[in-house]
Amino acid sequence: MNGKPVLRVDRLVAGYEPGLPIVNGASLTLRAGEIVAILGPNGAGKSTLIKAIAGLVATPSGQIWLNGTDLRPLPAHKRTALGLGFVPQTENVFTRLSILDNLKLAAGILPAAGRAAAIDDVLSLFPDLAARPALLAGRLSGGQRQMLAVARALVVKPRILMLDEPSAGLSPRLVLEVFAQLGRIRAQGITILLVEQNVKAALALADRGIVLVGGRERHEGRSADLLGDPGLGALFLGGDAVRETGS
Amino acid sequence: MSLQFLADGLLAGLLIGLGAIGVTLTYAMLRFANFAHGEMMSFGAYVAWSASFLLSALAGTAWPAMGPFSITAAVLLGGLAAMILTAGLALLLDRLLFRHLAGRGEAITLVIASFGASMALRSLIEFAFSSSPLYFSSDLQIAVRLGMGIRVTPDQLALIGLTLCLLLAIHLLVTRTQAGRAMRAVAENPTLAAVVGLDVRRVVGLTWVMGGALAAAAGTMAGILVQIRPNMGFDFLLPLFSAAILGGIGSIPGAILGGIVIGLAEAACVQFVGAEWRAAVAFLILVLLLLLRPRGFFGEAA
Ligand SMILES: Nc1ncnc2c1ncn2[C@@H]1O[C@H](COP(=O)(O)OP(=O)(O)OP(=O)(O)O)[C@@H](O)[C@H]1O
Ligand SMILES: [Mg+2]
Repeated sequence: MNGKPVLRVDRLVAGYEPGLPIVNGASLTLRAGEIVAILGPNGAGKSTLIKAIAGLVATPSGQIWLNGTDLRPLPAHKRTALGLGFVPQTENVFTRLSILDNLKLAAGILPAAGRAAAIDDVLSLFPDLAARPALLAGRLSGGQRQMLAVARALVVKPRILMLDEPSAGLSPRLVLEVFAQLGRIRAQGITILLVEQNVKAALALADRGIVLVGGRERHEGRSADLLGDPGLGALFLGGDAVRETGS
Repeated sequence: MSLQFLADGLLAGLLIGLGAIGVTLTYAMLRFANFAHGEMMSFGAYVAWSASFLLSALAGTAWPAMGPFSITAAVLLGGLAAMILTAGLALLLDRLLFRHLAGRGEAITLVIASFGASMALRSLIEFAFSSSPLYFSSDLQIAVRLGMGIRVTPDQLALIGLTLCLLLAIHLLVTRTQAGRAMRAVAENPTLAAVVGLDVRRVVGLTWVMGGALAAAAGTMAGILVQIRPNMGFDFLLPLFSAAILGGIGSIPGAILGGIVIGLAEAACVQFVGAEWRAAVAFLILVLLLLLRPRGFFGEAA
């Protein structure tokens, strides 16, 4: 992938309390049309990094550039309007709104004339959702909710789609379905930044992987190279061991 | 047995429900109980009374009553002015007070601030209007028999009709418009609302406007029904909170239904137990709820 850089994060520091950085000097570049996976053990700061890019976590220093616009001073909703889509890991749909209202709400930042068509476009990608638009999102299963969350982010045709563990809690069959959907979304020209615990599936889809440890990138490379790297295997085994004793 | 409490309770409950809409939405969005909401009701009632008084003074004579109702066009216009000015007051409180405190400190800071605003507003009203009650009209209303021992005054019927119209308008606003979807979204999950591209502050401001206007409408109607006193809003506070929690924080239909339940319970208490126990009813329901079902009827699982 040799596309133009669309998102550039430079020595970003982010955290929930002053003086307690969780993301500590992380840098990354996303090029147009690529899929990049952020990997790493539990607590590495993956979610915090992607939330900081979305504007939900304070970033005392560092830079975030989206196509030449400095995002750091902008609140979350303005970043969305600039083409940054984000699907949080949990609570990522409005359970008290219908499927259609979730989409209409998101489409609100588009010019009024284009909203209906944008919703139709995205519903054509998700036949399950299109089948019963009036259903309350709170009644959807985990997989369908994930689909709705992705559809909601796509309805405004973002340049970049960021997803936090879209496969978490889904059955193996649904994981495949979600990843296949992400492949189709990339084919439409949308650049994807993905946080994943599911290393194999993520690297099978992604062009590149970035391994985050302790709030900054430890390894970075093409997916195939990362999958073959024995040192990395040890790191993930370590991460998995931590996860298993921790839960 | 007379079923009078059904008529009295329904109307009182609808008024509680109107007030509780603002309480439940701002609670869900800002995570604090606004103690000044009752004073928004009183403020609205006093504005409506003043405006209708002024209109009559301007006309040089009392405005004619409409049909069997004591409510004149001047009172209706006054109510409208009250809704607008109270919406402004709510917005002002948000700008000067709540917006700055929200997200900065603990929720208790906001609660105390709203408690202060409540006391200040009440004192201001008492200073301006004294503590003796005011009345929109001194006309006597002749009650109509509806059967089963129920008697209602024409005013009661008119107010029930007005409230239902308001509720229909709110329903359409909240379910059919982008602004309404935005309010429901922010009430459920402000963080996700920002991710979806909503300017949460603006939506919160809009919610204060709607909550303030509805509080003023409820206060004005309570004033028409009984009387206007500086303490009237404060006396509504416990029923408002009980209704909001009963219906599930953040739920508009829940607030209305909660209000009706509280209103009926209070009216039944007055009829069958004794008027002196009325104030205890909302308190009792609130305590039982907090112990048994803090999510309310319509609350989502946390
Ligand atoms: N809302 C929060 N407030 C305070 N600290 C938080 C918050 N969310 C996360 N943290 C802390 O930040 C650190 C990194 O968390 P983060 O969720 O970014 O890790 P992660 O890499 O996404 O982990 P996981 O694989 O478990 O999702 C953890 O120590 C966590 O306790
Ligand atoms: Mg995470």
